[in-house]
Amino acid sequence: MAKQLPKRDLENVGLGVTGACVALVTLVVAALIFMVAQKGLSAFVKDGVSVVEFFTGTKWDLANTAENGLPYTGALPLIVTSFAVMVLSTLIALPIAIGSAIFAVEISPKFGSKIFQPLIELLTGIPSVVFGLIGFHVVVGLMKSVFHVSTGLGILPGAIVLAVMILPTMTTLSVDGLRAVPDGYRQGSLALGYTRWQTIWHVVLKSAMPSLMTAVILGMTRAFGETLAVRMVIGGIEAMPTSLLSPASTITTTLTTSMAVYAEGSAQDDVLWALGLLLMGMSLIFILIIHLIGRKGAKARG
Amino acid sequence: MLDQAYSRRQFLGLAGGLASIVGLGLVGCGGSGASDAADKGSVAAAESVSGEVTYDGASSFQALVEAAAEKFMDANPDVSVSGSGNGSGKGLTAVAAGTVTIGNSDVFAETKLEADQVKNLVDHEVAVVGMGPVVSKNVTVDDLSLEQLKGIFSGQITNWKEVGGDDATIVVLNRKAGSGTRATFEAAVFGDEAVDFKGDAELDKSGDVQTQMGSTDNAISYLDFSHFDDSKFNAIKVEGVEPKSANVTDDSFKIWATEHMYCSKDADEATKAFLEFMLSDDVQGKLVEEQGFIPVSAMKVVKDASGKVSAK
Repeated sequence: MAKQLPKRDLENVGLGVTGACVALVTLVVAALIFMVAQKGLSAFVKDGVSVVEFFTGTKWDLANTAENGLPYTGALPLIVTSFAVMVLSTLIALPIAIGSAIFAVEISPKFGSKIFQPLIELLTGIPSVVFGLIGFHVVVGLMKSVFHVSTGLGILPGAIVLAVMILPTMTTLSVDGLRAVPDGYRQGSLALGYTRWQTIWHVVLKSAMPSLMTAVILGMTRAFGETLAVRMVIGGIEAMPTSLLSPASTITTTLTTSMAVYAEGSAQDDVLWALGLLLMGMSLIFILIIHLIGRKGAKARG
Repeated sequence: MLDQAYSRRQFLGLAGGLASIVGLGLVGCGGSGASDAADKGSVAAAESVSGEVTYDGASSFQALVEAAAEKFMDANPDVSVSGSGNGSGKGLTAVAAGTVTIGNSDVFAETKLEADQVKNLVDHEVAVVGMGPVVSKNVTVDDLSLEQLKGIFSGQITNWKEVGGDDATIVVLNRKAGSGTRATFEAAVFGDEAVDFKGDAELDKSGDVQTQMGSTDNAISYLDFSHFDDSKFNAIKVEGVEPKSANVTDDSFKIWATEHMYCSKDADEATKAFLEFMLSDDVQGKLVEEQGFIPVSAMKVVKDASGKVSAK
């Protein structure tokens, strides 16, 4: 018979293994942040790219160089496009997400949990390139025939494709948020003579507000970081967008298309890392906001 | 593009693994197996080699390299050839840094690397590819001069009527800055001049250009000959010369590039054997043309690193 480990030793082994996992994750995160920051900052420190120019310049052209020997690195068009796509897709997806969440939780809970939720989860599993393909072949064509534009590429088709992609994230989180509202609230509200609609609007949605906000921001984070699907319908021109249907390019799409072109260590490569740093900074801010909302929500509920 | 390249690499890796297992199985079978292997060996390399060949670089002729790699691995089961297409620039820096054994490129290494890096590389010109302008089906223009192309792709000519067509705005579909097709096209049309005109869209792949050209009116773009598709768009003449392989061989059609495979001077046996195979009749005689390229041997002229064309 194999001798069993004494309980104390077993505990130590468990502590060691789980502790090592935590240490590994921490190390990976720290190393990642350090590397992106170091590479990204070297664009400004080593190559002498102006920070002001990076955030406010409107000419982005890595293939050609200006008089000072540096490529044109005005990232404002990319930043504007990224935010435009993100906000627009959220505006499209949000009403649909909250509307369907209300139906699935408050109005028809059985349908919601048996049919609707598995359906939405299925949508989450579809790879983004599939959305991109559909966008490229269907949405772009639709833009052409509806708005009579020449290429049909731009921010609007990008936002439409993204809206479909972030819909499952936002809907699932909204459903969870609404479910978490204690039944006592609803019963209390109904007992006071509120109608179902009044209960949903004034009680359920209000007390679920922090989770709904989290749903919105997680959706926005995904929209901000999504690359592949957007890249196929946005047009890929790094210039300030003049309309919703003029070709543009987001931070992520520029990163992926330019990445393979420039040699490691060149000023162009460093500027691309700076874009990566900017993306990372943005998602850190999003996460911070979610934490703040969560804390505020917890305080409000007591 | 990356995802695709990755899955291809995985696929090639798998294929290589399978090929070596099959090879081992054949040897294990004894007499008949050995003679079979010898038969195959004579097709490509005289004696069997073993090792690992990796490549990275231009995606434009990656299909050709892959097809050749498959044949090569059939004949040399102990060699695995795998790689990806991350662009000419990446391929050249990778082979100079030694992270891959072969760097594929649409352009001469001199244009992307420092002189002392180029010194250690050996160039193999494996094929020539012709590229030409394509226009939407509704465009009536069927011949443009290099000067007119220059005007269109620099944004100075914006209406088809300026080049003899209907009164309609020209929709310019470009390729991304890293594209070898774009580099070749711009080198032929613009020479050394810098271009910062971006057009109405910059597309990632030749396939995307095909799709967009097929569904966009009044558009112009450029593609290599193998991506021409008469059902979707028209390939037009340049300076009155048809975009045909025969016209490329004597430089009467001006837009073409040589596909290079670079290895380092001290490359291993397997890499050298594979590059020899690329230049052998098996590849040059059949595969190159099957894949829509022009064999180097058919060319009557050569182009040097500065783009100068001279008779062979």
